[in-house]
Amino acid sequence: MSFAIARTIDEALAGLAAGARPIAGGTDLVVGARHGKAPLPDDLVAIDRLDELKTVTRTALGVSIGALVSHHDIETHPLLTSIYAGLADGSALVGSPSTRHVGTLGGNIMNGSPAMDTGAPLAVMGAEVELRSLRGTRRVPVEQLWVGPGRTCAAPDELCVAVHIPAPPARAGSAYVRLEYRRAMEIAVVGAAAVVTLADDGAVATLAVALTAVAPIILSVTGLDALVGLGVSGAAAAVGEMAATQATPISDVRASDRYRRHTVGVMARRAVEAAARRAGGETIAIPVNRAIGIGAPS
Amino acid sequence: MTDTPIHAIHLTVNGIDYPVAVAQGRNLLSVIRTEIGLTGTKEGCDDCECGACMVLLDGQPVNSCSYLAVQAQGRAITTVEGLADGDALSLLQRNLLDEGGVQCGFCTPGMLLSATALLQRNDSPSEEEVRIGLSGNLCRCTGYTKIVAAVQRTAVEIRAAARQA
Ligand SMILES: Cc1cc2nc3c(=O)[nH]c(=O)nc-3n(C[C@H](O)[C@H](O)[C@H](O)COP(=O)(O)OP(=O)(O)OC[C@H]3O[C@@H](n4cnc5c(N)ncnc54)[C@H](O)[C@@H]3O)c2cc1C
Repeated sequence: MSFAIARTIDEALAGLAAGARPIAGGTDLVVGARHGKAPLPDDLVAIDRLDELKTVTRTALGVSIGALVSHHDIETHPLLTSIYAGLADGSALVGSPSTRHVGTLGGNIMNGSPAMDTGAPLAVMGAEVELRSLRGTRRVPVEQLWVGPGRTCAAPDELCVAVHIPAPPARAGSAYVRLEYRRAMEIAVVGAAAVVTLADDGAVATLAVALTAVAPIILSVTGLDALVGLGVSGAAAAVGEMAATQATPISDVRASDRYRRHTVGVMARRAVEAAARRAGGETIAIPVNRAIGIGAPS
Repeated sequence: MTDTPIHAIHLTVNGIDYPVAVAQGRNLLSVIRTEIGLTGTKEGCDDCECGACMVLLDGQPVNSCSYLAVQAQGRAITTVEGLADGDALSLLQRNLLDEGGVQCGFCTPGMLLSATALLQRNDSPSEEEVRIGLSGNLCRCTGYTKIVAAVQRTAVEIRAAARQA
């Protein structure tokens, strides 16, 4: 057993190559171990001091978000809460203030839960994940990262160093909504993210939708090209039906499969409507869930 | 199974350096309470849900029940004992007592730390922002109204004091 605090990315990569697991905020790893879900790995390398992975950088192509950027940083970052509002909607819903301060974007996506709140927004935005090991660096579209519940395509020696999101086109907007039974310390019953681009006449020009907690991994809705050219309300209603049809939810203590299938359609419709409002230039406060009244009032 | 190694580490709690020997999987909460002997920080659910174990790590709230003690090396840890200056309670502590925001007291340390962190980043929170700031802390006695009032009153007084300075 060993525990090391990495001072440089190379130290972290060497630790991973020697078989250690990275720990960022530990809000999945430590909490899961305490639940008995999976024992704490014998060898750990703490990556939380790697300040170079805590930056949000605007690039010519879009934005690069370091793997250690926290949910709190995302929900308060001026660029991410405006141009990438759907991602901020997701981070703002995570746990409580402490979970959002300690929990990281890298930890959220590498943990690979189908209920993760940043996964669907990143999928609809066409994000890529940068994975680094002593063997080199590669980029993987985020939708290819997840291969099953709690499983990613990353090799054990690969560290997620950043998430890259392309710049959205003009007249685009994004939103993420989730069904929750209470307004904090909640896990998505189901959720949906959407990116909508509007044509000059207000019709839908492009559309992407992804769903949370209704399949073994984040599920991207297919067949949306057929909706291009429709008005927003028609497209939103159609997306709701397609989402409910394509979902393959399970029943568990939180909801039955039938309830999930029904409500994910509602969430998908609302995500499209909110994204379209933002695409039209409207500002909806982060998280859009509160602004549109999902979840019990406080 | 390999033997759990004991790590000789230093933790800085309320500005004081404590050398401690801790097993790898040991949580920060139990080290603060049993090795360091500061029992203001409480164990409630032991599951990251109730916030009784809240401490600040470099000024940010953390559930110490689910944070590895070894990972807190080199960070400034603040517990409820660090809020008062000797016997002089902090403004927030005084206001919480004054408003009647303390009954059994079990959630109070965690509430104080979450609220302290909130007021440090936002000196004029709305009621909604206070409620969100305290959303990781459960109270089973007072029903939150008085706690929220104490935090809002403290914000007003902090701003008034800043204007006078
Ligand atoms: C009370 C509570 C409420 C929560 N609520 C929500 C919620 O509402 N929505 C939600 O989505 N999540 C929620 N979570 C889960 C968790 O907080 C998030 O998934 C968080 O983003 C995890 O980040 P972390 O840094 O703590 O990850 P860690 O626990 O440190 O790591 C998680 C996993 O990812 C791996 N890992 C971490 N960083 C990297 C990296 N850079 N490269 C490669 N692998 C890495 C670790 O080895 C581990 O397997 C909640 C957790 C708690 C305790």
